[in-house]
Amino acid sequence: MCLTCGCGDAMDHEHGHEHGHEHGHEHGHEHGHEHGAGRLLRVEQDLLAGNARHATAVRQRLQRQRILGLNLVSSPGSGKTTLLTRTIERLNAAAQRCWVIEGDQQTSRDAERIKAAGAEAIQINTGKGCHLDAHGVGHALDALTLEAGGVLFIENVGNLVCPAMFDLGEAHKVVILSVTEGEDKPIKYPHMFAASGLMILNKIDLLPYVPFDVDACVAHAKRVNPRIDVIELSAHTGEGLDAWISWLNRERDALSALLGDEPPPPAV
Amino acid sequence: MHELSLAMSLVEIIEAEAARQDFHKVRSVLMEIGELSCVEVEAMRLAFEVAVRGTVAEAATLEIEITPGAARCPDCGHLAQISSHLSPCPQCGAMGLIACGGDQLRIKELEVD
Ligand SMILES: Nc1nc2c(ncn2[C@@H]2O[C@H](COP(=O)(O)OP(=O)(O)OP(=O)(O)O)[C@@H](O)[C@H]2O)c(=O)[nH]1
Ligand SMILES: [Mg+2]
Ligand SMILES: [Zn+2]
Ligand SMILES: [Zn+2]
Repeated sequence: MCLTCGCGDAMDHEHGHEHGHEHGHEHGHEHGHEHGAGRLLRVEQDLLAGNARHATAVRQRLQRQRILGLNLVSSPGSGKTTLLTRTIERLNAAAQRCWVIEGDQQTSRDAERIKAAGAEAIQINTGKGCHLDAHGVGHALDALTLEAGGVLFIENVGNLVCPAMFDLGEAHKVVILSVTEGEDKPIKYPHMFAASGLMILNKIDLLPYVPFDVDACVAHAKRVNPRIDVIELSAHTGEGLDAWISWLNRERDALSALLGDEPPPPAV
Repeated sequence: MHELSLAMSLVEIIEAEAARQDFHKVRSVLMEIGELSCVEVEAMRLAFEVAVRGTVAEAATLEIEITPGAARCPDCGHLAQISSHLSPCPQCGAMGLIACGGDQLRIKELEVD
């Protein structure tokens, strides 16, 4: 069951208007004065407040279990699933747990690829939806057997625009850009790069064959987001993968340093 | 089209308010959109028309107020008004300003019966 919304059922249900009464005093006092002929109500509510509530619940749940949550975003075909299958092999070899939530409009092909690589995975099909939301992620967590420690990867729907706005409860968004897409993507789609903590430049094995200026790309990304980290790699050949695994370890250590190593005993 | 899911959240908020504050018809909706919010105003208008069908806001007009983006210059410390993540510092010309406001996406006012 969904602790945030109290719904008892599957992942893709629609919420009616039963949410949204726990806001307290910040909304909805009446003005008293007239405007046109109708009654004027001040509402002052954030459109993303519903998603933010679910995202906070996901984040707290992951933090309680000392799990590093990462939201992988990119345009279609940048190599997210390939990178994940490679990463899973490396983490499994080091006896580190990870789980994957796969978001695609249709099919469970990517979840099958992840399972074949040796990790537990659950597929969310968004249908016409162009991004995952935190409510769906919360329900997907229920279907995974999470243990303390480890990394949760959420592969978002391939789209460089829409997922930027929706917090899924992750510790970081990681944006993946492949060298066949052009070095100007960070300035063409600045929101995604502004929202991400790390940019992975993938498919560097293709650099000899495509005109792509790595330095210009990194400069563009830093212009949009001065604090973004950058890792260059090839999910295909494995070159540069060490830097990514080190980044993962560093972020996991940072989480333990922040919260303490041992998760608290489960609430009764 | 994330504007559609946002418009649906907007309608959810309105319906909840309708039950709470006892109104049956919305004449107009005033929304605030920050310039750095990644929402296309025209797409939002279209999505709104679709999302309000069959709800108390079916006949409502949508008014949109745009709030400028705000960012801090890492070089000179100037607090600047910017219209995109790519804007340079108006004071010293530096790039890479750190955004600190202007991504609002709020419903502000309803005119109702
Ligand atoms: N040359 C090369 N090809 C790669 C690399 N990484 C992925 N690919 C290829 O790029 C294509 C897309 O890879 P996926 O891993 O399916 O990409 P994705 O981002 O998961 O795609 P969607 O989930 O559909 O958005 C496949 O043909 C991969 O084999 C790489 O580092 N180098
Ligand atoms: Mg994929
Ligand atoms: Zn639910
Ligand atoms: Zn400056």
